[in-house]
Amino acid sequence: MKFANNAAPHWRGAESVPVLMRQVLYALVPALIGLVWFFGSGIILNILVAAVVALGCEALVLRIRKRPVGLFISDYSALVTAVLLAMSLPPLTPWWVTATGTVFAIVFAKHLYGGLGHNVFNPAMAGYAVLLVSFPEDMAAWPLPRGVAPDQQALSLLTVLQYWATGAMPIDVSVDAFTAATPLNSVKGQLGMMRTMQEIVGGPLFGNIAGRGWEWINTATALGGGWLLYRRIIRWQIPTAMLIGLLVPALVLYIVDPATHPSPAFHLLSGGTMLGVFFIATDPVSAAASNRGRLIYGLGIGIITYVVRNWGAYPDGIAFAVLLMNLAVPLIDRYTRPRIYGHGT
Amino acid sequence: MSNGRTSNQALPLPAWGVRLESRKIAAETGPINKMPPPGELIVALKQNVGVPAEPIVQPGDRVLKGQPIATAPRWGLGVAVHAPTSGTVTALEERPIPGAGGGTGESVVIEPDSKEERYAGYVAQPNPLGLSPPQIRNDITEAGIVGLGGALFPTATKLNPGSGIQALILNGVECEPYISADNALLIERSDQVLLGAAVMLRALDCDECLVAVKADMAEARAAVQEAIDALGDDRISMVVVPAFYPAGGERQLIELITGKEVQAGGLPWDVGVVCQNVGTVAAVAKFFGAGEPLISRIVTVTGNGVGAPANVEVMIGTPIGDLVEFAGGYTDAAAGLVMGGPMMGFSLPHDQLPVTKATNCILVADQAELDPSVREMPCIRCGECARACPATLMPQQLLALARGPDYAALESQGLQDCIECGCCDYVCPSYIPLTSRFIEAKQGLWENHLVAQRSERALHRYEARGKRLERRERDRSNELQRQVDEIGAAGEIDAEALRQLKQRVKSKKPGDNT
Amino acid sequence: MVAGLLLLALLTGLLGLVLVVSARRIPADAITVVDRLDSVLPHTQCGRCGYSGCRPYAAAIAAGEADINQCPPGGDEVIVALSQLLGRPAKALDESFGLAGPPIVAVVDEDICIGCARCLDACPVDAILGAAKFSHTVIENECTGCELCIPACPVDCITVTENTSQLDARAAH
Repeated sequence: MKFANNAAPHWRGAESVPVLMRQVLYALVPALIGLVWFFGSGIILNILVAAVVALGCEALVLRIRKRPVGLFISDYSALVTAVLLAMSLPPLTPWWVTATGTVFAIVFAKHLYGGLGHNVFNPAMAGYAVLLVSFPEDMAAWPLPRGVAPDQQALSLLTVLQYWATGAMPIDVSVDAFTAATPLNSVKGQLGMMRTMQEIVGGPLFGNIAGRGWEWINTATALGGGWLLYRRIIRWQIPTAMLIGLLVPALVLYIVDPATHPSPAFHLLSGGTMLGVFFIATDPVSAAASNRGRLIYGLGIGIITYVVRNWGAYPDGIAFAVLLMNLAVPLIDRYTRPRIYGHGT
Repeated sequence: MSNGRTSNQALPLPAWGVRLESRKIAAETGPINKMPPPGELIVALKQNVGVPAEPIVQPGDRVLKGQPIATAPRWGLGVAVHAPTSGTVTALEERPIPGAGGGTGESVVIEPDSKEERYAGYVAQPNPLGLSPPQIRNDITEAGIVGLGGALFPTATKLNPGSGIQALILNGVECEPYISADNALLIERSDQVLLGAAVMLRALDCDECLVAVKADMAEARAAVQEAIDALGDDRISMVVVPAFYPAGGERQLIELITGKEVQAGGLPWDVGVVCQNVGTVAAVAKFFGAGEPLISRIVTVTGNGVGAPANVEVMIGTPIGDLVEFAGGYTDAAAGLVMGGPMMGFSLPHDQLPVTKATNCILVADQAELDPSVREMPCIRCGECARACPATLMPQQLLALARGPDYAALESQGLQDCIECGCCDYVCPSYIPLTSRFIEAKQGLWENHLVAQRSERALHRYEARGKRLERRERDRSNELQRQVDEIGAAGEIDAEALRQLKQRVKSKKPGDNT
Repeated sequence: MVAGLLLLALLTGLLGLVLVVSARRIPADAITVVDRLDSVLPHTQCGRCGYSGCRPYAAAIAAGEADINQCPPGGDEVIVALSQLLGRPAKALDESFGLAGPPIVAVVDEDICIGCARCLDACPVDAILGAAKFSHTVIENECTGCELCIPACPVDCITVTENTSQLDARAAH
């Protein structure tokens, strides 16, 4: 009787790349619901565009690189990149903006570096950064959140579709009436005009803690992140360190001068904080490898995010913080190798 | 080390390792079955790390049960080998033996008779604890006892650490799935294990013995506790290890229990600990208590590919095919034959291989129990492998280095410290066969060292030869010069001879080898 | 403009001076280069590279007279090591110097050997054991497989076989 010849180990665990990636997608559902509830269905259009473009680019590049298309397309990694990018963009984004960012993310940031597992930069954030410098106006214009917009009806699906397809509103509708700066952006602008935080947060864009709608969206995002932690798809090191890196400087400066510095709670629930903490900084491919390294990596992202938010030219700094720390990963990895069993004490 | 621990509380889980389904189906099916002698026994002469035993029988000789058929050389970690039952030696030849290499080994082939006639050379020791430690070690080597956990390290050598041993740990933690041979042993023969432990404590001059069992082995735990209570020896206590893999690795177990790390290149006794598998300890007890050397062992025959999974006490040398037949034969689902567990066991190409002292489990797997053939994906650096690694390596980094391969970096990042437990493979979501890659890289590293060593030696010899030639040259010219001087000093002026000689000296320039 | 030019000229001059002084004061480590090249060669001393031994070949590489792909027994590993040391691109073995192959050892057919002792002198690592009028033998573990003894033998009793001692050593390991 002849038997199969396999190398040990003969068993494998249940986790696989596609399963992990799918879980990440499921975990984004609460955040998506929040975004749609407060900012309308535009985000869904973003996701559709990004997904189609990402999968198309992925298939094309895999074909050119002579890699098994079926195997890699079904790993869901391109889809995760697409959805993360789409959810970072304003819900009113013309389709070509989304498409440009996605092409850059998949073709340049991912495949030119060697594809899955080899990219130095987080593809979604690389795409986002390119859009931020290429289409600054589109990237700054967020629709007014539910409860603030003068007439929710006016921003109908048809209007959104038209804007999405052409980049312009119908003649009788003014874009400015429906869009505004995000709370982070608004804080930055108004602080520049010598107004105090107490005056700023009194505005209609602001809710109980942070921006209206944003506080709920961030909470929902954190919910999904918590589930990823529970499922052990991500580990605690990066999220915790990033929150510390963001909140400790925020707290210190808030105590020193609350009039010109938003509270740590505001930072916690503003902009892309939770998306960054749980979904973007935790992308394993472009993060540091060891536990100690991940603490440093997360801390760096948190601090840089705070620095950009507070002193930079852009309202939010997560994308730049992640990209900068991506660059530091080889260095971090080199100096944070864990001590090997049986070597020293 | 807490003295006299009798609590059933398991030790805390460490950061490394993986939790595996235990699948101890053989243990659930009942007691240890004793298998009668098969039609032919193939007893390999090398069943230990180190040098093989030297045969002392010829084809045609009649041997008795327990009679030595090969003796231990006095060097190189040798141990004796014995006839598992009475019968006739039919051949002394190379036979295929199980081993990762898949090669053959010199073996004594015995055709058993049904008499099971015992060899009279070994008798039970009425008072084994009265023997001196060197005598105990001598007897253990004589009895052919090696580490039955699979390492095959001569037990006597492990019992000779010098002074300063604080604890003897009996390893009953079978952390691999399926394997339940030690579990069955502890349930049925804990008293025997404790007798062996007492002998070992005497050999080690040590006062503490910890019997390590796994948290999910309730029956074995109860049996051990009962035996400890019955014996009333307060040097012996039980310690419960959490059920995870690889808790039963020697270094891992020592780390779990004592918190101490055995340094790379060191041995457990450096941290005052000696670790012995419970099966080994029982074999020691059998020799001193019943005069029976190591001629049989308990093997778990299990998996969905075998009819009646069971723990079988089987003679060393029994063909695995006969053993599987005894355990109900193959089912239609049988697809793979593995010696050992699913994590570290190796595939056997066929079943005409004998049971050796290292055979703790024969896993007859169906297709689903084997590694499902899935496509390898690129590493996504998730770091789960580094979390699971008991040697705290970073397998993801080693993998990248092994691709080069960059041997210098592999060595500095601990390739040699990999224990090949397979945890990294198990947790890898990209299905990368990390362990195989590391075994391959280790081989390459070893070859690299060898080439470097050879080159260094060649250089050394080349330089030595250069010096030798130079010396010879110098001696020759000195001798010629001496002759010239002698002739000159003698005052007999043979102008022609002197001229010739001077010519010869001149023509012999230094560095000219001819 | 003039000030800028002057400043730049001054700077260039200063830096040049530093370079000149350092070149004079710090001796060029020619010996170290040869040593390091020599250390990665296989030391078979076979002379197939066209030089009388490994060290002369290393010296020739350092002097720019020889290329890095002239060592057949070293094979690709040695070429890669040399290219890394020198920062030059690796290139395929120049097969006019010989083919890379598995490690080999010389074997003396003791039935034919007449005990002339000529091979003893030919061996660069003193790996042949014997005395005049007695059959010789090769110390397998020390033989580098350089084949220099083969032409020295007047009765052609030396052959080479694949060196299996490495495999045995691994098995024992």
